[in-house]
Amino acid sequence: MENIIEIENLHFAYKGEGDEASPPEEVLKGIDLTIKQGEFVAVLGHNGSGKSTLAKHINAILLPTEGKVTVDGIDTKDEEKLFDLRQRAGMVFQNPDNQIVSSIVEEDVAFALENLGVPYEEMRQRVDDALRDVGMYDYRLHSPSQLSGGQKQRVAIAGIIAMRPKCIILDEPTAMLDPQGRKEVLATIHRMNREQGITIVLITHYMDEAADCGRVVVIDKGRIVMDGAPEKVFARVDELKKIGLDVPQTTELAYELKRAGYKISPEIIKVDECVEALLALFKK
Amino acid sequence: MAILETQELTYTYSIGSPFEKTAVDHVDLAINEGEMIGVMGHTGSGKSTLIQHFNGLLKPTSGRVLLDGRDIWADKKKIRDVRFQVGLVFQYPEYQIFEETVFRDIAFGPKNMGLDEAEIKRRVLETSNDIGLPEELMERSPFELSGGQKRRVAIAGVMAMEPKVLILDEPTAGLDPAGRDLILQHIKAYHKRTKNTILIVSHSMEDIASFADRILVMNKGRLFCFDETEKVFARAEEISQIGLDVPQITKVFMELKRRGINFGKEVYTVGYAKELLLKSLKERRKS
Amino acid sequence: MLRDITIGQFFPGNSIIHRLDPRFKIVITLLFIIMLFWGSSAVCLGIGAVYTFMAIALSRIPLKMFWKSVKPLLPFLMITAVINLLLVSSGEVLWRWKFIKITDEGLNISAFMIVRIVLLIMGSSILTYTTSPITLTDAIERLLSPLKKLHFPVHELAMMMSIALRFIPTLIEETDKIISAQKARGAEIDSGSLGKRARNLISILVPLFISSFRRADELATAMECRCYHGGEGRTRLRQLKSAPRDYIALFITILFLAAVIAASKLL
Repeated sequence: MENIIEIENLHFAYKGEGDEASPPEEVLKGIDLTIKQGEFVAVLGHNGSGKSTLAKHINAILLPTEGKVTVDGIDTKDEEKLFDLRQRAGMVFQNPDNQIVSSIVEEDVAFALENLGVPYEEMRQRVDDALRDVGMYDYRLHSPSQLSGGQKQRVAIAGIIAMRPKCIILDEPTAMLDPQGRKEVLATIHRMNREQGITIVLITHYMDEAADCGRVVVIDKGRIVMDGAPEKVFARVDELKKIGLDVPQTTELAYELKRAGYKISPEIIKVDECVEALLALFKK
Repeated sequence: MAILETQELTYTYSIGSPFEKTAVDHVDLAINEGEMIGVMGHTGSGKSTLIQHFNGLLKPTSGRVLLDGRDIWADKKKIRDVRFQVGLVFQYPEYQIFEETVFRDIAFGPKNMGLDEAEIKRRVLETSNDIGLPEELMERSPFELSGGQKRRVAIAGVMAMEPKVLILDEPTAGLDPAGRDLILQHIKAYHKRTKNTILIVSHSMEDIASFADRILVMNKGRLFCFDETEKVFARAEEISQIGLDVPQITKVFMELKRRGINFGKEVYTVGYAKELLLKSLKERRKS
Repeated sequence: MLRDITIGQFFPGNSIIHRLDPRFKIVITLLFIIMLFWGSSAVCLGIGAVYTFMAIALSRIPLKMFWKSVKPLLPFLMITAVINLLLVSSGEVLWRWKFIKITDEGLNISAFMIVRIVLLIMGSSILTYTTSPITLTDAIERLLSPLKKLHFPVHELAMMMSIALRFIPTLIEETDKIISAQKARGAEIDSGSLGKRARNLISILVPLFISSFRRADELATAMECRCYHGGEGRTRLRQLKSAPRDYIALFITILFLAAVIAASKLL
């Protein structure tokens, strides 16, 4: 599978903070990251780690102070190809309300296509398909104020899917949702990844969301400190706690038992894995 | 003595319209002074509507709310006083900050109480200390602060009224794990110092397990149960059926019980799980 | 409280008036206004009244809804009518008390004014009751689009209108939340002296403004991420297709207008 996102030596500092004598503090300090088409990557970090700033570089909301970001072969600094870039790398934000432009669901989903000048017949089809993909077709004529947070986020996702992107970046999409809404949104993006092969980059601080992904990248103080399969990353319990992150309760328990001398792998995330491992301990 | 009580509390909105809905349905409960209560319920269970009755923001359709044994609606004109004794912090409270300095925003509540300058100052500084806001921040604009700091300013604004009952609606919503822990720690420290009654609404059973003396569970407008933490976790199966998320560790032990390994205790924290398991494994080694 | 205002309210439905093309409805409403103000005989107004009640009947919206839109303006109407009554001194004097006199012409003019304005309010309400705000904005944008050639920012204004409409319910909800939160800190919003209430208004407006600016910023970013670049080259999901019924409605309206003009000239 080819690389869809290539980030090389990305440095970034916000302009205007700091002066001649002391340059502004870098928020991103040399990020190298490659993501292949079809991957589902969680970017985990505490607030202030730079994870959202990193996300905003992928579709050129922010441009690097140093280094390069390439998406599907397009350099984010290329102004002429900006719309091509944003059509291939869609972005979903944290606040469900502040992404919805229209007072009718289906018109909001069509917004990007209207901007891209897609002719009516094709637009109609793509809007309906996108609404069905996220399970909101029955609500297409509703007003957003009648929807729950989870439903609004799904509408936002549909608006991106209608563009037929190669990848979707979601910046803490469930932070403002209740448990029901979180489940809906996560199920939707997992399905998009599985069924349509859309690359997903999920920015989050919830480790249970990261636990379900194929790959977890941990950011701390503007640098990538861990990158690998969830069970391998979460097994590093002490390091994660030091940088202010949490691990699943099951992982922590296994880790503690291992430290106490028992033969149990700390690469445990799910409840059933934990149960089996504990039962195994008791059988010895 | 119960500091806060409800009797057959019912709230129905949009009466007579096609949208009529009973959000709170004949709820009877009694909260004792000094308790730390966790409030849980799925979205739409009525918990937000319920807590707004405690400080008189909402008036019951029927039933009564008693503070220190007295009906809070006995004298409608005095309802504002109730809000000084029962403090309510809404979700994402940082969105309600409006003053020019941190000090003045926290002082808003005490000022409305008609207290004098010296008393206001004492309360603002003490509360800021309780919630972890350093004195250097007092004269800064609250809008320059980080999200977590703003939240603490907003919570301090209600705490500074020194309410007998403090209610917080999802105080950790949207915060990262470190931020969550910090806020809960500060609230616990405040509780220890003042011995005031505290209610925290939360979706996280893990968080609630770490502080609650008793847990109140709402389901579809009705009181599902209101019991000691241990007893509520014993009903973990039922709780997960009404749409609430049980902590992972509880699920593990529920499954172990099903497979024949029963510890006879409810487990909801990793620390306790580790303790139980190590003890049990050691005993097996000996035997 | 904010939710009880019925002027400008939209009542979804399936009547023939609901289904008319909104562009036609706007033009028809303008012709209707001309119809009401042309001529000053009872016949002219009578024709206008017939038209109004016919349209109301066809809209299938209960008459009492139209009364609700007139009610708030009744006091002003009455005051203006009385002033007119007292100021007109031409014509036969019908009643006199000291220096105040009421003439038959005065009565005529006041009566006409009241009927005209009531019909005006009710008739224009048909437009807003049967056409959703977003549909109206869309229709206005399309009707005004020739002005784009004169560099008039039609698209931008329509976009602003539709975003504002989208956020009205959201802002109302947020205002309610802010009010509750400040009340919970003892702010007197619906009681207390005017001075206190004014100061407490700041506690509601400042957070509302700040969050609105943040909202606007986030929304703008989201729009750019979906390739928004202004009005050029945009296609539309919402299609407006005129049907025979639109032309028929327009024709009928023109007929009524012609009748009024004829009546004013002949009588």
